[in-house]
Amino acid sequence: MSQSKLDLLQGTLDLMVLQTLAAMGTLHGYGIARRIEQVSGDAVLLNQGTIYASLVRLQQRGWISAEWGTSTNNRKAKFYSITKRGRKQLSEDAAYWQRLSEVMGRVLALPEGSGDK
Amino acid sequence: MTSRLRQLLYRLRSFFRSAQLDRDIEAEMSTHLELAIEENLQRGLSPVEARRQALVRFGGPQQAKENHREARSLPLLETLLQDLRVALRMLRRSPGFAVLAILCLTLGIGANAAVFSWMEGLLFRPYPMVANQERLVALTGTTQSDRTALSWPDFTDLQRNCALFDTFFVSKIMGTTLSIGDRAQVVTGSIVSANYFNALGVHPILGRAFDPEEDVGRSAHPVTVISYQLWQDRFGGDPQIIGKTQRMNGVIHTIIGVAPEGFYGTFVGWAMKFWVPASMEDTFEAGGYKLEDRGERWIESYGRLKPGVTLEQAQQEVSAVANRLEADYPASNRGRGIKLWPLWQTPFNNAGTLLPTLETMLVVVVFVLLIACANVGNLLLVRSFARRHELTVRVAVGAERGRLLQQLLIEGLVLSALAATGGLLIARWCSHLLVLLLPVRNGNAMHLPGEMDWRVMALSAAVCFAATLLFALVPAVQASKIDLAGTLRSEMAGVARGRGKSWVRSSLVVVQVSLCFILLVGAGLLLQSLQKIRSDSPGFSTNGVLVTAVNLSASGYDAQRAKSFHDELIDHVRALPGVESAALARQTPLGYGTFSSAPIAVDGYQPPPGEQPSADYNQVGPGYFATIGIPLVSGREFARSDNETAAAVAIVNETMAARYWAGKDPVGERLQAKGQWLQIVGVAKTSKYYSMRELPKPFFYVPLRQNFTAGAALTIRTKLRPEILAAALSRELKTMDPNLALYEVISLQEQVDRSTSAQKVAFTLTGTLGGLALVLAAIGLYGVMSYTVSQSTRELGLRMALGARSSELFRLVISRGLALTCGGIFLGAALAAGLTRLLGYLLYKISPYDPLAFGYAFLVLTIVSLIACFLPAWRATRVDPIVALRYE
Repeated sequence: MSQSKLDLLQGTLDLMVLQTLAAMGTLHGYGIARRIEQVSGDAVLLNQGTIYASLVRLQQRGWISAEWGTSTNNRKAKFYSITKRGRKQLSEDAAYWQRLSEVMGRVLALPEGSGDK
Repeated sequence: MTSRLRQLLYRLRSFFRSAQLDRDIEAEMSTHLELAIEENLQRGLSPVEARRQALVRFGGPQQAKENHREARSLPLLETLLQDLRVALRMLRRSPGFAVLAILCLTLGIGANAAVFSWMEGLLFRPYPMVANQERLVALTGTTQSDRTALSWPDFTDLQRNCALFDTFFVSKIMGTTLSIGDRAQVVTGSIVSANYFNALGVHPILGRAFDPEEDVGRSAHPVTVISYQLWQDRFGGDPQIIGKTQRMNGVIHTIIGVAPEGFYGTFVGWAMKFWVPASMEDTFEAGGYKLEDRGERWIESYGRLKPGVTLEQAQQEVSAVANRLEADYPASNRGRGIKLWPLWQTPFNNAGTLLPTLETMLVVVVFVLLIACANVGNLLLVRSFARRHELTVRVAVGAERGRLLQQLLIEGLVLSALAATGGLLIARWCSHLLVLLLPVRNGNAMHLPGEMDWRVMALSAAVCFAATLLFALVPAVQASKIDLAGTLRSEMAGVARGRGKSWVRSSLVVVQVSLCFILLVGAGLLLQSLQKIRSDSPGFSTNGVLVTAVNLSASGYDAQRAKSFHDELIDHVRALPGVESAALARQTPLGYGTFSSAPIAVDGYQPPPGEQPSADYNQVGPGYFATIGIPLVSGREFARSDNETAAAVAIVNETMAARYWAGKDPVGERLQAKGQWLQIVGVAKTSKYYSMRELPKPFFYVPLRQNFTAGAALTIRTKLRPEILAAALSRELKTMDPNLALYEVISLQEQVDRSTSAQKVAFTLTGTLGGLALVLAAIGLYGVMSYTVSQSTRELGLRMALGARSSELFRLVISRGLALTCGGIFLGAALAAGLTRLLGYLLYKISPYDPLAFGYAFLVLTIVSLIACFLPAWRATRVDPIVALRYE
C-alpha cells in the first residue's frame, strides 16, 4: 500500500461513518465504504472490512440503527441510518475535530527556531 | 454513563446470540463483496480481476469478522469461559490430583463454614424469626466487682427514660412440670414483659400476644402463649386450643396464643415451650412477689437500639439513668450500674459460655484452611513443573503472560469452588454437631442449631476466593515467569541443597508444620486442662452421690403440704435398699440454677465505706453435709430439730469465717442475713459452688425448714447406679403423687462434668482438627520429599556410583525432611508462645507455656515427619546408578 495514504486515527472512522450517514440518509455497508473513499478522493487508507466493526460500535452506543432490506440490484443487505442521539453526537464530535485541527494547524505553522528570538 | 450501560447490555445480548450474529455478518460481507465485484465488472475488469480487487479493498474477511466479533463481545466473559473449559479438562485429565486437592480444600473450607454457621446461629443471629437482631443488646446490672440481674422497677425506669432505644423487653428462663393426661413432663418457659412478642416482631399464629396491662398486678393474669412444638406434641395441634387451660405450678393458665413454628424464644441453648407475663412471676419464681421490689434483682432483659445508635451512645444513656436511680434509691441501688452487652457476649445464656470456645475454633479452622492451602499450593507447584512443556509452548506461540496467569488462577478457582460446595454441605451436616458434644439435661437436648444464611454463604465464598489466591497465586506467578530458553535445559534440584524453585515448596512445608505445631500445643493444653478440671476435687464427694429433684411448687403444692411431703419423701428414700443417706437442698453445687444472695452483717466487722457485704447461701435439709460429703471443720450439722419454731441457725464456710471473724472459730457467734440474726452452729470446708474455675468465696447455709422453698433438689448417697435408683424413685413417687415428675437422676460427677463442658467441647474440636492438620501436614511433607527424590535421581545415582552407601543416602533424605520439620517447629513454637494465652478462660491451672504440651507437640510432629519421610528416603536408596546416569 502506498505511503501517501492516510492511516486512520482511532475514532476517526466512526466519525466519518456518522457524517456519511447524516449526509446520505440510509446506506448499506458497501455504500458507506465507497462514499468515504469517494469523498476523501481515495486519500484514506481504508480496509473496507473495518467498517463493520465501526458499525457495531456505533449501534452499541445507540447512535445508528440498522435494518435488513434489499439493495437496488436485489441483494439482501443491512441498511444503516443515523439516530437522533447520533446526530447530537456528530455535532459534538465534529466541533471537537474542527477545533483540534485548527489548533494543530496553528501549532504546526510555527516557524522552526522561532522560539530562540 | 447510560451509553456505557447500553453498550454493556448490547454486548451481553450479543454474547448469547453469537451464532446468529456470526451468520448476519457473513451475509452482510458477502453482499458487500458481490456489490464490489459488480461495480468492478461495470468498470470493465475481468471477472477474476474484479474479484481480486474487491478482496484487496475489503482487506481480509476473516480479520474483519474477528474485529466485528471483538467489538460486539464481552472479551472477559469469553476468555473466562474458555479458561473454565480448559480448567475442567485439566482436572479430568489428572483425577488423582483433583480429588486430593479438592478433599484438602473441602476440609479447610467446610471447617470454616461450620464455625461461621455456629457463630451466626448462636452468637450473631441466635433467635430465628426475631426482627433486627443486629440492633439487640443484652442488659445486666453491675456492682463494683460483679454483674447481677436487673430488678423490675429498674427495668420499667429504663423503658420510660431511654430515647435511644426502640424497645426493652424481659425474658427470664424458668421451668415447670406440665401434667397433661397421664404424662408429667419438665418443660422450659420464659417469664416475659407484656410487650415481648410485639417487641420481637413475632406474631402468634393462633390467638393473640400479651396485652400491656398483663404486666401488672400480683398473679392477676394467668394467661400463656405456648410454642408451636408444645401445641403439636401435647395438644395434637388442636385448632380449638385458644381459651383452653393448662395447670402450671398449681395455677390454671388460659392459653391465649400459639407462637409460630420456628420461634424458640430468646435464650441461647434452649427452645422455650411457653411464655407467661411478668405479673405471674410469683407463681414461677422462688422468693415471692418481686415486681415492686427494687432490691430484688431477677430479670434478664434485652433492648433494641434505634437505627444508627452505637453501643457507646446507648451505654452513656443507660448509665445516666442508672446514676439517677442510684441517687433516688440509695438503699437498693447504691454502687450499682447497668451495663449493655452486644448480643454475642450475652453473659446470662449459653452465648457467654460458648464464646471463648467458638473464638478458639475460628482461629483453629483458619489454621486448618491455611495448611490445606499450603498442601494444594504444593501440589499445584509440582504440577506446574509437569505442565511446563504445555505452558512454554503457549508462551512461544504468543500467549500473553497475563492470560496464562488468569488461566492458572481460574483453574485454582474451579478447585476451590468445587471444594466450597462440598464444604457448605459438610457445614450443613455439622450444624447440629455442637449439640452432640454438649450434655443432655432432663432428657432435653440443648437447642444449638447452626444457621446457614446468606451471610454464612457469602463469608464462605470470600474464604474460597481468599484460599484460591493463597494457594494458586504463587504457582501461577512462577509458571507465568517461564524462561523460554531455560526450559531447554532440564531442571535439576539437589537433595542436599534444594535449589531454584524448591525453596517455595519447602517454605510452604515449614509454614504447614508450624501451624500444625501450634494446633498440637493448643490441643495439648486443652487436654491437660480438661484432665485437671475433671480430676480436681470440687470440695464434695463426686462419686457415690446422686442428685435429682422433684419440683413441688411446679405441681401446685403450698408450703405446708410441701413440708410434709418432703419429710415423707426423705423417709421413703432412706428406706430404699442400697441408699446410705439422703438430704434435701434448694440447689446442688455446679448445677444449673443460681444460689440466693443476701446482704450480711457481722458483729465487730467494719465493712469498707461504700460496700455492702453480701454472700450467697443455700437452704439445706438435715444430713446434707454428710450426704454430699462436705466435711465440717467445727460445730455440728443441721438436724430435724432446726425447724420453724427453733432458733434461727447458720453454717458458714471456712472462707467466710476467715474473712469476717479473722480466723477465729465463729461457732457461737452470730451473723445477720437479710436483717435477721442467725446463730452460727458450724463451719464447713469451702467447696466449689458455681464453677470449677471460681476462687474460694464466702458462702453460708441455713436450714431448709427455716427458709422454705418447695422446689428442692434431692441428694442421695448410694452405691447404686443412677438408672437403677431412678426406677426405684419413680415407683416411690408414683405411689405418693402420680402428678409429680422426677428430674433426671445423675451422679454429682456427671454434674461436675457438665459444668466443664466448654473445656470438653474445646478439646474435642481442637483435638480433632489438630489431628486433621497433622495428616495434612504429613501429606505435604511426604509430597515434597517424594518429589525432591524423584527429581534428583541423577544426583543420587551419581553419589551412589561414586561410592556412597545406601544408608548414607537414606540419612541424607531423612535429615533434609527433619530440617524442614525443625524449621517449622521453631517457627511454630515462637508463634504458639504468643497465641496460647488467647485460650484464657479455657485453660485450667496450666501455664500457656506448659513445657509438657510443647514437648509432646514436638515429639508427635517429629515422629510423624519421620514416617512421612521414610518412604521417599527408602526410594532414594533403591536408585540404580546405571539407570540414573542414563536417565535423560
